[in-house]
Amino acid sequence: MADLNQKAQKVKFWQYLLQAINYSVFMGLIWYFASAPSVRLIEDDEAMITIAFAHAGQLREPCRMLSQEELNKLPPNMRKLDDCPRERSPVTVEASLDGELIYNESLPPPGLFGDGGVDVFYSAKISAGEHKLSLKMNDSVQIEGFNHGFEQQVRVDPAQILLVSFQKKQGFVITGGKQ
Amino acid sequence: MLINPVKRAYLALESWFNISFGTEWNPLYHLGTLSFFLFWVILVSGIYLFIPFHGSLDGAHASVEYMTHDQWYAAGIMRSLHRYASDAVVITVLLHMFKEFASGRYRGFRWFSWVTGIPNLWMVVTIGITGYWLVWDEMAQYLAIGSAQLMDAVPMLSGAMTRNFVSGGMTDRFFILIEFLHLLGQPMLLLFMLWLHVKRLSNVNINPPRGLAIGTFVALLALSLLNPALSHAPANLSMVPKEIHIDWFYLNVYPLLEYWPAQQVWVLTIGVTVLLMMMPWLLPRKDGAKAVVDLEHCNGCGICFDDCPFDAITVQARTDGARYEHEVVVNAALCGACGICAGSCPASNPFRSSRAELKTGIDMPQLSVDKMRHQTRETIATMSGDLKIIVYGCEHGLNVKRLDSDDVQGIRLICSGMLPPTLVEYALKQGADGVMVTGCRHNDCYFRFGNRWTRLRFEGERKPILRARAERERIRIHGAAEPDKREIEQDLEEFRQHLRKLNETVEQAPQATD
Repeated sequence: MADLNQKAQKVKFWQYLLQAINYSVFMGLIWYFASAPSVRLIEDDEAMITIAFAHAGQLREPCRMLSQEELNKLPPNMRKLDDCPRERSPVTVEASLDGELIYNESLPPPGLFGDGGVDVFYSAKISAGEHKLSLKMNDSVQIEGFNHGFEQQVRVDPAQILLVSFQKKQGFVITGGKQ
Repeated sequence: MLINPVKRAYLALESWFNISFGTEWNPLYHLGTLSFFLFWVILVSGIYLFIPFHGSLDGAHASVEYMTHDQWYAAGIMRSLHRYASDAVVITVLLHMFKEFASGRYRGFRWFSWVTGIPNLWMVVTIGITGYWLVWDEMAQYLAIGSAQLMDAVPMLSGAMTRNFVSGGMTDRFFILIEFLHLLGQPMLLLFMLWLHVKRLSNVNINPPRGLAIGTFVALLALSLLNPALSHAPANLSMVPKEIHIDWFYLNVYPLLEYWPAQQVWVLTIGVTVLLMMMPWLLPRKDGAKAVVDLEHCNGCGICFDDCPFDAITVQARTDGARYEHEVVVNAALCGACGICAGSCPASNPFRSSRAELKTGIDMPQLSVDKMRHQTRETIATMSGDLKIIVYGCEHGLNVKRLDSDDVQGIRLICSGMLPPTLVEYALKQGADGVMVTGCRHNDCYFRFGNRWTRLRFEGERKPILRARAERERIRIHGAAEPDKREIEQDLEEFRQHLRKLNETVEQAPQATD
């Protein structure tokens, strides 16, 4: 059935050469974009400070003993002597480096009843070398100003991460860098 | 004729590949199957890599380094194949999207395939992200922190992931979760999405031509040997990686986090995704009238069911009490209005009821088989040249009316597959010296199978066949897109010469016997 259609033609030698060029371009694209252009995350003389911790603010209102009259109004199985509201205080964190304020944020307690702990996260590039780091935190609406503080001279190497966390018993804790 | 610039760019690329690969191996005609092939390469190499891989924070990097350097000839090559095939699949999927968009195959009845296809790209990208995570090098650290930032920006989530990672909360348990996602969870979801993506298609092929598969594999292997995939230094969460050689095919969103808040990155990615998914309605196109079954002329043979490219036809038990066992039903929501079913119906025979209206079992209201027969008869009767050549052409290939001259007249069809082979025979009987059929370019039918079924029917390999009595010397098939006018004109000129010689032979034959 001559000339009825353009059926598959046999691939000729010169077509294989052209195919090789096409495959080379395809693979060249993959070769290049699989690893380039590179992304520079930090300069040689830079380091990073990261403040990262979870902390629950103190209860907004202290527990209160119920009066006998109030207890009598409650069903017998619900007569708990004290009433402790669930809502917590916001957590305010302030960080200064060499006297310059670099972070200041007040985080409200999450959750439907405002009773959750907050996640503090801040990260920024700083110059490598010696710094005076000052950290303050307030976690109670009952207290004016800050009820937790920390100040220290730290030395951080290039590309190093100065990690600031907070633990209930120890207060602010620094890892990375030399103190 | 004006073609939109996107389509013109695509057709130019397609032409270039046709020169170098031929129409059988042209990768642009096999982007879907090529993607599947690359998945096989990824799957096989991935299974191999899983054996020596150590799935822990402490052991992962060392095991990958062992594969890369100590066992470079086996696991190292497998790693490179795994990586580069993954990169290649992003290119083939993007090209697949571009092709379908450029050729308008994303709207109308095709909306479902388009809408279910877009998320697949993101599925592929997220599998790549978890894959890079498993190396647990500086790049893994970079994307782990970046991913955590992105997750923290999602409303309703706790927002503690980044804080958790940087303060040493990345544990082996979490790492194994990523491993599980990469090895099982994400691939299974992708498989399901791919099934959904092709659900409205029939005769789905997932294997590219062997030549193309071999070529692609050899190219990947060559790249793997020339530029083996390497890792960065091991992840160290107490240090910032200075420079990351990121894989832009997968991690292109992460550098944006250096400049934009994570919420903004989400808005951009979701915005682009939704915009792409909305394309069928933003640039709509109304489908033609859907195929209609005439039970009076349908014997339920099911050939149209076999030929329908979009699974729009079902065969069911007879409902009209006729003596046949089955009947066919068209699902209008799935019907592409291509008319391939009308071309496949054995009742679409123009030699039937030659004087009355030709009724067939399944037909297109906008261009019935009877109308095609009428056009054929009228066109031949009005031709005045020394030759009478009828060119049947589809709406999505070259506009055959552009070929009109004294001896050539074009008749436009919805798809070349709607042409019953007997109509070609009919045209020759009515006085045409030759018949040329043009569809879309070979292997690139707008309606998937129009030109393939036509070829097979004419070759007698698929019902309804071109009958033996039809003079095959007077029939040609030439797939052509809009820019291929010059090429088809050349072929037409050769066809003229060929027909003249045939006519001379026919004229001389009786004289010789006299």
